[in-house]
Amino acid sequence: MRWLLLKDLRILGRSPLLVMLLVIYPVAIALLIGSALSRGPEKPKVAFLNLVPPSENTFDLGSEKIDVSKYSKMFFTAVEPIRVQTRAQALEKVRSGEALAALIIPADITDKLASGLEQPTLEVYYNVEDPIKASFVESTLNAQVAKANDALSDVVTKTAVSYLDLLLKGGQLNLLGQELNVMGLQKAKESMEKADKVLAPGSPQHKELKKAIDYAALAIANLGLSDDVLRTIASPLRVKQTVLKGSRTPLDAFAVAVAVTMSLMFVALLLAAGVLALEREENTFARLVRGLVSRLGLLLEKIGLAAVCAFGVALIMLCGTGLFISLDFSRVGLWVVALAAGAVGFGAMGVAIGAITREVRTASLMAFLLSLPIAFLALVPSGAVSSGLYDLIGVICAVFPFKSTLQAIDVALNGGDPGMVTPLLHLVALAVGFTAIARLALRRFE
Amino acid sequence: MAITQQTLAPLAAIAVTKLYGQRAALRDVSFEVPAGELVAVIGPNGAGKTTLLSILAGIQAPTQGSVVAPAGLGWVPQQPAIYSKLTVAENLRLFARLERVDDPEAAVAAMLVQTDLEDRADDQVSTLSGGNRQRVNIAIGLLAEPSALLLDEPSSSLDPRQRERLWEFIGELGHGGTTVLYSTHNVAEAERYADRVLVLADGELLFAGSPRELQAGTDADLDFESVFVAFLHERGH
Repeated sequence: MRWLLLKDLRILGRSPLLVMLLVIYPVAIALLIGSALSRGPEKPKVAFLNLVPPSENTFDLGSEKIDVSKYSKMFFTAVEPIRVQTRAQALEKVRSGEALAALIIPADITDKLASGLEQPTLEVYYNVEDPIKASFVESTLNAQVAKANDALSDVVTKTAVSYLDLLLKGGQLNLLGQELNVMGLQKAKESMEKADKVLAPGSPQHKELKKAIDYAALAIANLGLSDDVLRTIASPLRVKQTVLKGSRTPLDAFAVAVAVTMSLMFVALLLAAGVLALEREENTFARLVRGLVSRLGLLLEKIGLAAVCAFGVALIMLCGTGLFISLDFSRVGLWVVALAAGAVGFGAMGVAIGAITREVRTASLMAFLLSLPIAFLALVPSGAVSSGLYDLIGVICAVFPFKSTLQAIDVALNGGDPGMVTPLLHLVALAVGFTAIARLALRRFE
Repeated sequence: MAITQQTLAPLAAIAVTKLYGQRAALRDVSFEVPAGELVAVIGPNGAGKTTLLSILAGIQAPTQGSVVAPAGLGWVPQQPAIYSKLTVAENLRLFARLERVDDPEAAVAAMLVQTDLEDRADDQVSTLSGGNRQRVNIAIGLLAEPSALLLDEPSSSLDPRQRERLWEFIGELGHGGTTVLYSTHNVAEAERYADRVLVLADGELLFAGSPRELQAGTDADLDFESVFVAFLHERGH
């Protein structure tokens, strides 16, 4: 078997196109994915017009000085602004397609915010010639407006709470440059209670003072709750997130797992199917199995060759991607196990294809035709299709190695439940099953 | 002559039948080939020649019956069974190692000399002519110095000069004690080089004997090919 393995490696070495496909292609994909993921999504270009004069960018809210320009800058974290001087310029940028949208900050924004009685209105103009881009920029701007609203609301709430606290407990208040000492309801109540003790119990003054003390007590009790009420109004909904199934994998790390699994699949499937079909295309199969090597031995040799090559390429790809994406290299032992199991699973599937097809070209075509839908189906999320169809997809995925390999590599890269044992056992079972199919196919087509 | 399992011949078929579904490729075929004999299997297309050689070579199992073949039986398939991306020497070396030949390098060198391919040893097989590929194909079958050799249409892709050299070479093997069974379309080659011929038609063994014996019952003026055709006609083929 060793000589056959060396022979196959030598033949591979003399097939530069195949080697290019097997090594350069996945590495190039790794570099592209890594580069794309590290750059993040491109920011949409938005024409930006701030009509607020620079001197009027700030306003006072109680003792807080609020700078509106600070909040408008929040938009720039998600969009690439094209600063313009007039409304006409802003609209022209959108019409010409240079900007996907225009955002206009009205001149009266500070006055309206300062008044606390009126909502200022931001103006947004979209170019909807490309519905996908329009939807993207619309979502982006809505999200940024929500963030700015949150931030402003937070400041207003804090200011309101501090005033309520001052009314309740008393303290210093700066009003128009003058420091005022505010007594506070609690101290006022205490003073009234002291005064009440010196009054005759049945006197009219006692009755009036008692009413004032009761009112103060009621006000203290309710103002004490108002902090929480204000905070609740500022953020009426809280979200408690719990993961019931799957692992919380960062999107970029999951993309790496998908890319590596795809490369592993292509290399192992194509190589295993191709080298087995080659033995028959070159008529050497019959010569080999006449006692020089058993049919099962030949299949295992092809699986081993494909698995070793696919493993090497995938590991290089993973390390290459690690230059762009933060990967935990302390988990490299798990990477090796997951990649090896996946490579063997795909290799076994490849020899089954090679055994059925007999010709290299047909084997390669079938490997390509099968691999793409397998990968696609394995990536269909639950909820995207009806439950019956999803169950059917689950069954189809279970008979091919892509999903288990993806799960194993994902866990190896990112950790999480449900561990690696289940996908690894599944891959072992699939490898045995596909090898058995290949062995039967060799007998069937002899 | 009844062929039994007790035959002492190195190569024999005993009541071999091969069915592909309902179709019989071979029907109750029995013969034996004594040591050192050159036997040609001739017959029209679809007669079952390749199936018979495949069963003797152990590539296919008979549906019924059995075969007797020595360990390390050499086999040369009709289509060259060699790796086109490897050189001539690499092909020979690989199969010598797989055959567990004691000294692979010596066996490779001997085969290169024997097949007159020394000057092409380092050329990739894909660059060789059909005739030279067939020589490599035959050389691989001889690497383990088998006591018996099966050749399926060995001269089919050779030019007349190469064919002459091939038969010369095979004749030397026979004189050296190697049992040789080959199939051929070219009945003239069977007449010239075979000690005995086996005539197969539609899976049936119609005749086993020397070319002279086949000619004996026919018009003496006919050449061997015409005799062969007349024989098949007589038997309804």
